[in-house]
Formats: sequence, C-alpha cells, structure tokens
Amino acid sequence: MTNETLPGANIVAMGESAVVVEFGRTVNRETNARARALGDYLRANPLPGVTDVVPAYAAVTVHFDTRETAGLLRVDNPLEAMKAAIEALLPRVPAVPRRKPRVLEIPVCYGGEHGPDLERVAAHCRLPAEEVVARHCAPLYDVYFLGFVPGFGYLGTLDRRLHTPRLDTPRKRIPAGSVGIGGEQTGVYPMESPGGWNLIGRTPRRLFRLDADGAPNVMDAGDQVRFVPVPAAEYDRLKATQR
Amino acid sequence: MSIVVVRPGLLTTLQDLGRPGHQHLGVPVNGAMDQISHRLANMLVGNDESEATLELTLNGPTLEFRTDAVIALCGAAMPSDGGGEEVPWWRPVRVPAGTTITIGRPEIGCRAYLAVAGGFDVPAVLGSRATALTGGYGGFRGRALKKGDVLALRSPQEAQTVRWVRLLVRHHRGLAYPNWSVSRARMPYRVQPQTVRVVPGRHWQTFPVAAREQLTRALYRVALDSNRMGYRLEGAPLEARRGSDVLSEAVVMGAVQIPSGGDPIVLMADRQTTGGYPVIAVVAGIDLPVMAQIAPGEDVQFRMTTIEESYEAAAEREHQLGRVKQALDARLQH
Repeated sequence: MTNETLPGANIVAMGESAVVVEFGRTVNRETNARARALGDYLRANPLPGVTDVVPAYAAVTVHFDTRETAGLLRVDNPLEAMKAAIEALLPRVPAVPRRKPRVLEIPVCYGGEHGPDLERVAAHCRLPAEEVVARHCAPLYDVYFLGFVPGFGYLGTLDRRLHTPRLDTPRKRIPAGSVGIGGEQTGVYPMESPGGWNLIGRTPRRLFRLDADGAPNVMDAGDQVRFVPVPAAEYDRLKATQR
Repeated sequence: MSIVVVRPGLLTTLQDLGRPGHQHLGVPVNGAMDQISHRLANMLVGNDESEATLELTLNGPTLEFRTDAVIALCGAAMPSDGGGEEVPWWRPVRVPAGTTITIGRPEIGCRAYLAVAGGFDVPAVLGSRATALTGGYGGFRGRALKKGDVLALRSPQEAQTVRWVRLLVRHHRGLAYPNWSVSRARMPYRVQPQTVRVVPGRHWQTFPVAAREQLTRALYRVALDSNRMGYRLEGAPLEARRGSDVLSEAVVMGAVQIPSGGDPIVLMADRQTTGGYPVIAVVAGIDLPVMAQIAPGEDVQFRMTTIEESYEAAAEREHQLGRVKQALDARLQH
C-alpha cells in the first residue's frame, strides 16, 4: 500500500448537529473503503465534542454535541467549525482503513421452518433451491456499514441471479437470526423485528451481544462475512450452546 | 427503596439523555423525547441531568411508593393525585412511604417526566439507562413498565437528603413541597397548532421549488401511528424529488424525510441510525422538545429558520436553564 491520503469530498450539513462527508453517490468497494478510512481515523482521533462517527455506503456522518463543540472550540457556529476542521484534515487521512478486517463465518440452516421463503426465491429466480443456497454461500461478502437495528450489516454483493423483490406486505415479526434477501440486498436480522425481506434461512449465532464488560459484540464495517450451510440438527446444537 | 407499578399507563419508560457513541454499530440513541423537561425534572430533585427519569406518554401511570421519596414532575401537565391531594408540578415534592400517585391524561402536550431524588436503580447498558424498545435492552428490562413491576431506587446522597428534608418537611403527613416552582413558561409547548422551526435539510436544494414552499405553507396533522421512532405527517403530501432514492446514510433526530408517497416522516428519539429517504429539512434543535410534545392527532406548522438563529435561541435557553439551576442551588444552600 502507498502513502495515499483521502481525496477531496463533498462536506455538507445534516441539520445543526451533524456533518456529512460524501465521497460518492454509488455503491462500490473503493468509495466505501474511503468512508471507512475516514470513520476509523475520526474515531481514533476524535474532533472536539464529537459523539458518533457513522460510515455508510459512500459517506461518513459526524455527529457532535453542539454545546460541547462550541465551548471547546470557542466558536458561535460549531457546524461551520466542524466542516472546516474536517476539510483541513482530509489531506492527512490515509486512504486505507486502519481496522484489520475479520472474516466471520455465519452458520445458516437454509429452507424449511428456518427459511420459509426459500422456495419463493427459487421460483422467482428460476433456480433449484439448492442452487440458491450454493450461490448465496459462495461469495465473501463485505460489510459496508451497520444500521437498521444494532448489529445489522449492509453486505455487498449479492449474486445478481438471486435478486428478489421484497414482500408486498412486510411481516410484523421476524425471528432473530433470520437471513433474508430484499431486492439486491442480503443480510441477517440480529434481533426480532418487522421486515419485508424474503427469509431463506436462519443462523443460530447471536449477532448482537453485550460482552461481560458491557462492550457490544457485533460485526463491524470492513469485516467480511461468509455464510456456511448447516443441517437442522447442527443448527439446534449450535443454538443450544449460545447463551 | 422501591416503587410498585399499580397501573402502567399508556407507555411509561425509563429514559435519559440517550446512548450516543455506538451508532456506527447500528445502536440507536434513544433517550428522552423532550430533553428540556427531562433535565428540569432532574434539576428539581438535585440529580445529575443524565440520571434516568420516567417518561410518561398521553396517559400516566399509578405508582405506589414503598419508601419516602422526593420527586418532580415536568412536561405536559397531567392531572395527578397523591393520596387525595393534588401533586404539584415543576417543583420538588416529598412523597411519604405508602402514598399512591395516580397520573392521568394531559389537556395539551404528550409527554411528562417523573424524576426521583437519587435516581432509579437499573444497570446502565452501553453507558445509558434509556430504554431501547426495539432492541429490548436498557431501562427497566428493556421494555415499557407493566403492572406489578417493582422499580428499585438508589438512595439520594446524604447531603442532598438533609437539605431536602429541611426544605420540604412542613407537614406531618401527606405531600410536602415548597411554595415556589419553576415557571410553567419553561414548558416549551403551549398552543395548537404548534409552530415548529426547521432548517434546510441535506437534500433541500434537490426538491422542486413547489415542494419547498409547501413544506412551510401547509398545516400537517401528526398521524395516529406516530411514535417514539418517528412522526408521520398527513394532509399535504409533497411533490416528490426527481430520483427519489438516495443512498442510505446516517440520520439525525428531527430529520424530515420524504418517501416516494410524499407524506413527510420526522425522525424522533428511537429512530434507526441510518435511512435511505431524502431529507428536505431538519427540525431546529431549539424546537425538538416542542415537536416531542405534539401528540398524535394534533397539528404542526413548519417555519423556516437558519442554523445561526437556532444556535442563538439554544444558547439563550441554556442561559435560562443555568439560571434556574443557580436559583435552585441557592435555595438548597439556605
């Protein structure tokens, strides 16, 4: 890797307590890597009064406490001060994320009671169900960012042959661990929640946990995910070992 | 040292200043919807402003105090009875052990905050005692209160108790309270329809002029299914943006999103961390507590302001809150 630093970005206000640093308007690995690089840098080198640094597909949002930022920087307009501070530091930020990615293997029991929509997806894609599973397990997915609910990773990239429209009527309750396909996206519901994705399987692994010291144990942006198919008996065994 | 929930009310949850710092993991901020009323309630009982209070919604609970406690009620004024006496608002009130307090429905406004000196004894999760209703963690067992719940209290600091006892014990039985209160004018919400100031949002410039004008001209009704996550506004759908999709990115409290249908959605305290709808405007920080006090079925009228004006108004309000705190401290010293 070179000593390359981040290119310029579009820096805009999101209300009066957040600044968005936008590197592009499309979903791709390069743009997302830039957003994560800035996210990692700003978490390691926090600006005054910043409460959250949230990367997404192609942008990073910097949330700050307006009173604290104004007080620490001795300015009347913390938003303009924050924009200027970020603009000034961009040329110093390495273009490569600091965080070393982990590879997470997520065991999934596909079809049956755990994946009630697998047949529907197979019919829509005109593929045998086994082929849907094989194609879903094949890629090493990038975790672009987290959102929706705690521990939910937005993953790239789903096999084009598996793109399936969301359900017309979202389900009110989807069990924790459900693995779904919604349009061009795939992901795992870490907790029981409503949702409109086609459910093709379920993982026994808990994707949002608080460790003994209270730290959240979740996947993080930049990690990579591989789905590993397991039979129902193995699902039950793994489920029983999870606390 | 506990309070028993006799009747839970419509939606009673423990909330505090929120759980920032983990949004990059998808962990929402949560916390009190009307942070000003929450902070004042804590101030009045001598708590740190970050202590958890009970957020009451539209219909308050019935609570049986198993211990002597000093409480304060702030926010949307709900009729409240403590052992046959009216419980006064906006001031500290000593509640003797054995008292049952019943809180009803507000005539105007939506949410009220009940602080107890010393605070509620629940564990902090990721640095906060706020209830995350979607995630099912934080607050009291990660959920709204139910009948029969027993809320443990922490003892107030001894110095705090001594001062309160000197200040409040003027009756031998029943409630005791001072003859002063924080001005009700601190209540940020008074009229219907309520005006709420907004600043231009991240995608303001990309909306058609007609839509931008309509946002501040129309009278919107807060839909009945609105909640702590967001307020859906009905009555005047906006002309959609050319290319109504945007890439998902982080959102803020008060963001006014316009989905393809055109009915605005205002994101509130339990919002998700990220969203994919264009943001035409953002509720000015100074008026977030006002928005939080508008009940489903009530009306809201937006007015454009600037970020500079909102900062100025917020600084003035913080100045006023500082003076309230000073005055309270002065009374407690005597």
